[in-house]
Order: sequence, then C-alpha cells, then structure tokens
Amino acid sequence: MIDTLLSLFDVPALRTVAPGAALLGAAAGAVGCFAVLRRQSLQGDVVSHAALPGVAVAFLLGARSPVLLVLGGAVAGWVALVLVGVVGRGSRVPADAALGGTLAVFFGLGLALMQRAQKLPGAGANPLDRYLFGQAANLREPDLWVIGGVGALALFVLALAWKELKLLAFDPDYAASVGLPVRGLDLLLTTLTVAAVVIGLKAVGVVLMTALLVAPAAAARQWTNRLGVMVLLAMGFGAFSGAGGTLLAHHLSAPLKAVPTGPTIVLVASVVVAASLAFGGARGLVWTAWPRPVKQDG
Amino acid sequence: MGELILVLAVVAAACAVPGVFLVLRRAALVSDAIGHTLILGIVLAYFATRDVDSPWLLVGAALTGLLTVVLVELLQRTRLVKADAAIGLVFPALFALGVVLVSVSHVRSVHLDIDAVLLGQPDLATVPRWRVAGVAVPPVWVMGAVLAANVGLCGLLFKELKLSTFDPGLAASLGFRPGLMHYGLMAVVSVTAVAAFDAVGPVLVVGFFVVPAATAYLLTDRLAVLIGLACGVGAAGAGAGVYAADRLDTNTAGAVAAALGGLFGLAFLFAPQRGQVALLLKRWERRRAFEETMLAVHLYGHEGTPAEADEARCDGLHRHLNWTPARVAAVVERATDRGLVVRAGEVLKLTEAGRERARAVFGESVAA
Repeated sequence: MIDTLLSLFDVPALRTVAPGAALLGAAAGAVGCFAVLRRQSLQGDVVSHAALPGVAVAFLLGARSPVLLVLGGAVAGWVALVLVGVVGRGSRVPADAALGGTLAVFFGLGLALMQRAQKLPGAGANPLDRYLFGQAANLREPDLWVIGGVGALALFVLALAWKELKLLAFDPDYAASVGLPVRGLDLLLTTLTVAAVVIGLKAVGVVLMTALLVAPAAAARQWTNRLGVMVLLAMGFGAFSGAGGTLLAHHLSAPLKAVPTGPTIVLVASVVVAASLAFGGARGLVWTAWPRPVKQDG
Repeated sequence: MGELILVLAVVAAACAVPGVFLVLRRAALVSDAIGHTLILGIVLAYFATRDVDSPWLLVGAALTGLLTVVLVELLQRTRLVKADAAIGLVFPALFALGVVLVSVSHVRSVHLDIDAVLLGQPDLATVPRWRVAGVAVPPVWVMGAVLAANVGLCGLLFKELKLSTFDPGLAASLGFRPGLMHYGLMAVVSVTAVAAFDAVGPVLVVGFFVVPAATAYLLTDRLAVLIGLACGVGAAGAGAGVYAADRLDTNTAGAVAAALGGLFGLAFLFAPQRGQVALLLKRWERRRAFEETMLAVHLYGHEGTPAEADEARCDGLHRHLNWTPARVAAVVERATDRGLVVRAGEVLKLTEAGRERARAVFGESVAA
C-alpha cells in the first residue's frame, strides 16, 4: 500500500513539483482565510491579473531572473489593490466595479506590454504563456525555496500579528475604536495576499491563483468556528489540493494529451469545497436537507 | 484598421449598455465570472456538435453564463459562503474544467486554442466566422445586431429597469418582478459576452462591461445620459486603443482595455462635478468660506463694544483668531475683495453683507 503510494511520486519532476504545489496551497490557504472572512475574496483575482504588467515591465527593463520578474508582478499587484481602494473611497464607483475595472485594465495593459516584450531579442520561450496558466512542471528547486521562504515569512507575520488581524477580520470598528492601526493592518493583509499570489504565478498562473486563495479557506470555514483551526485546516486543504492536483494531472496525462496542472489543482480544490459544503460541521447541506429530530430536553 | 476600430467600437458600445446596469446594481464581478465560464460552454457545445463554426457554440456559451449566475446565487443562498466567495469559488472551477477539457480534446482551432481563448484575437475579429444558411456573416453585423438588441431591450424596458435597479423593493411591490429583470439582464450579459468573446477574450470582457459605465457614472446623474455616454466612452476607447496598438505594434484588445482605463482615469481626475480636481477645489472653497465666516463672526461679536478697538485691530487679529499673521492677511484681503469687511484706519469694520454672514451662523433671521 505504502509502496503504491510512494510509486506515485516516483517521477523525478514530481519530487519538486508536488511539494512546491503543496507549499503554495498551504501558504495561500492560510492567507486566504483572512481574505474570505473579510469578504475580500476577489482581491486575489485582481492581484493575480494585475501582476502581468509588472512582470512585463520588469522584463522590458531587462530583468530575466524569475525572482525579479515576480517582484515586478508583486509591485504591480500591490499598486492595483491600492488603486482599487483609492477609486472605491474617492468616488461613487462601487467597490466591485472598481475591482473588476482595475483587473481588466491592468490585464489589458499587461497583454499589450507582454506582446512588446516578446518581440525583444532574447525573449526566448513564450514567457506570456508561462505566467498566464503557469507551468507547474517547470518548478525547479530554487522556485521551491522561494515559495517555501515567502510562504514561511507570510505565516510568521500572520502569527506575529495574530490577535490584531483576528480582531480586524471579525470586528473592524471595534479594532479601530481600541486604537489599532486599522489602515496599516489592512495594508499588511493586502501585502500578504500579494505575496501569496505572486509566488503562485509560475506554478498555477494568473487566472486560477484566485481559486487557491478562496477555495481552501471557504472549505475550512465549513468545519469550524475557530480561526486557528480554520487556518490550519485551510493550509491542509491547500496542500492537499496542490499535491493532489499535480499528481492527478501527471497521471491523467498521456503522451499527446498534456493535462495542465494549474486547472487540475483548482478542480481538486473545488471538489474539497463541494465535499465540505455537503458534509462540513453541523451546517452541512446533507445534514440540513432532512428535518432534524426534535431533541428532548432533560 | 478602420474596420477593426468599427468592430471594437461596436463591441464596446454593446457591452456598455448592460454594463451600466451591472455597475449600478453592484453586480460588476458577475460579468467577470460569466466571461471566464463561457469557455466551458463553448467546449461542451463543441463536444456535442463537433463543429467549431456551429452557432450552437454561441448557445452553449450563453447557457453556461446563465448557469454561472444561477450557481453563484444558489451557493449564496445556502448562507454557507458570502457573496464574494461564491463568485470566487464558482468561476475558477468552471473555467478550470473548461481548460482541462480543451487540453485533452485535441482541438486546435482558432476558436478553441487556449491562448486565443484567454486573450481574444481582435485581429481576427473582422474575419467572418458565423454562417447562417451557408452564408458567411461579417462579425460587425453580428455585433451590430447584439448592440441593436441591447439598445432596443433597454429602450423597451427602460422604466422597469430603472425602477428595479434603483428601488427593487418598490419595483417588487408594484409587480415588476425584479427577479425576472435580474435574470433577463444576466441573459443579456451572457449573450453579449459570447458575441464579444472572439474579439476580447474572457478576461478583458469585464473591462468592456464595467469601465465605460463607471467612467460615465462620474459624469452624469441621469440614467439615459449615462447609457449614451457609456457607449461613447467605449467607442472612444476602442478607437484610441486600436490606433495605439497599431502604432506600437502590440495586442489590440489589451490596448483597448488600457485606453478605457486611461479614459476612466481622466474622468476620475477631471470630471466637472465629481472629479478629484473638482472635489479638491470645492474643499478649498469651503475652507476659504469658513475662514471668512470666522472673521465675520469675530468682528460681529465685538461690534459696538468697548473692546472693539482692540479686538478688530488689523495687527492684533492673528492673536484673537489664533491664526498666523500671513493667514490673517490673506483672509482679510479675500474678505475685503468679497465685500464682507472694510478697513477703517487701524480697525476692520463689517459691511452689511459681512454682518449678514455672521448672523446666519447664529441663526438670526435677516429681518431681525
């Protein structure tokens, strides 16, 4: 049994890819809990799309190393979220329209810049494709260190500011009234979201990274009412989706039919969500579908 | 290039009409979700028909758009997840399913090519693809028909749309069926997104829906004007974007989205009433008016009292008002210009207009 399980991993590429995807899922799951609780699930969507022009600008400025490209993406994603806030607060445009509009405008700008970048000499293999859908198969050991390092840093920050972030997530008004720097904490969470999204760009791509933030957290929410447990569960679900999706994609792929890893990871995460919605905790849809027997007191 | 501008301008205008209602109803992100999930409908319809040129692909895509909306709402209604998370769960799942199906299906046509699916191929948007009874229909006609249908529906149901958008409660009590209006709007969004899909792809389509409408929303308070302006903004963005893409030799749909963003930025900064510059000027004006009123109130309070000679002395005002001398000088100069005060030797005297301003603060009526 164990041998069969181990043989699943017995592909050299998977030894780096599956752990990388698992680490990514865990980090995104933890950060995603706060996004979901604060009803900002779609922030990740904006960041991941808006990272594209940043990657392109970094490339046009001469950056070639993945770390610098991702850093460019992070800056652009961060700028986009700040702009969403500025437009949402500074005008009567509703917040959701600000999100959607910023996402599309940044992505469009990114496409235009990318097409320019690809015409530069030395652009080499299609960088555009790599960041749109991600190619988990391209994960190498250095990427693993980046994902692990940034992920661990994000977790460390979450642990340090745990009490404050918890209060911000559940009662922002009270947090402000007791003198917490609400705007600063908000910016901190934004930065963590950006960090979690950009380390996933190479593996999962811009379009689907948002699911890795939302799905594990939403699934974990079904099983518990305690934030600590929720974060741990979300990390577990995220890691499971990452590793499981990678393995599934690998074993479904035939020589001519390459099943893309990113979407498969998202599908696994979606199944986890569906199962959690159906069976999770006392509120599970399966349990509430039938009228509960009336409890006798005493 | 002219034809390309025309196609994209019509696409942008056709999206802008339902886009206005999406923005006003705070449903902008539904168009993001619909845009992404269309791919699943196209793939499934292709599996059923095995023909990439079949009009059924359009139907399949439009149905998936509606399915997305229904799924998001069902998920919300379980109350297990919030509205934003419901969107964030449904569309990546359906989109991922679509992408996986495309990848394993060996389909490599213009329409189902994965890059084309994501990015749109505006440079092919002028190539006829739909065939009706064996005759190739130019895409601009297809988009033109969608635009005409959207404008027609909007005109026909203007009153109903308006009421159910601004006051759903009243609309329901008057028997206007806001739920029906909602799903009707979503159906229109789906069909429009499908038609725009070739030209702009699923990601940018949300920009075509939302950005022109949001831009126009900063410029007017009247719904009919808003819709017209949004169409105009969309068409202008299409023109500017196609031109820029041509000059810079780059992605057309992306450039149009960026141009739309630029137009929004201009409106955000310079809109006559709601632009940031106008708001800043208004704030300055309020601050100045407040300073002048303060001065008038101070003078009024000491008018005709023995202390007036000291309190109203020009060189002593900064101590009494606790302002810097420079600020006092500026305020006195403005108040003089505006006829609120006059200088009488060393002291400052209120004019009748200045007295009026001060009395208004104390709520004393003009007659008194």
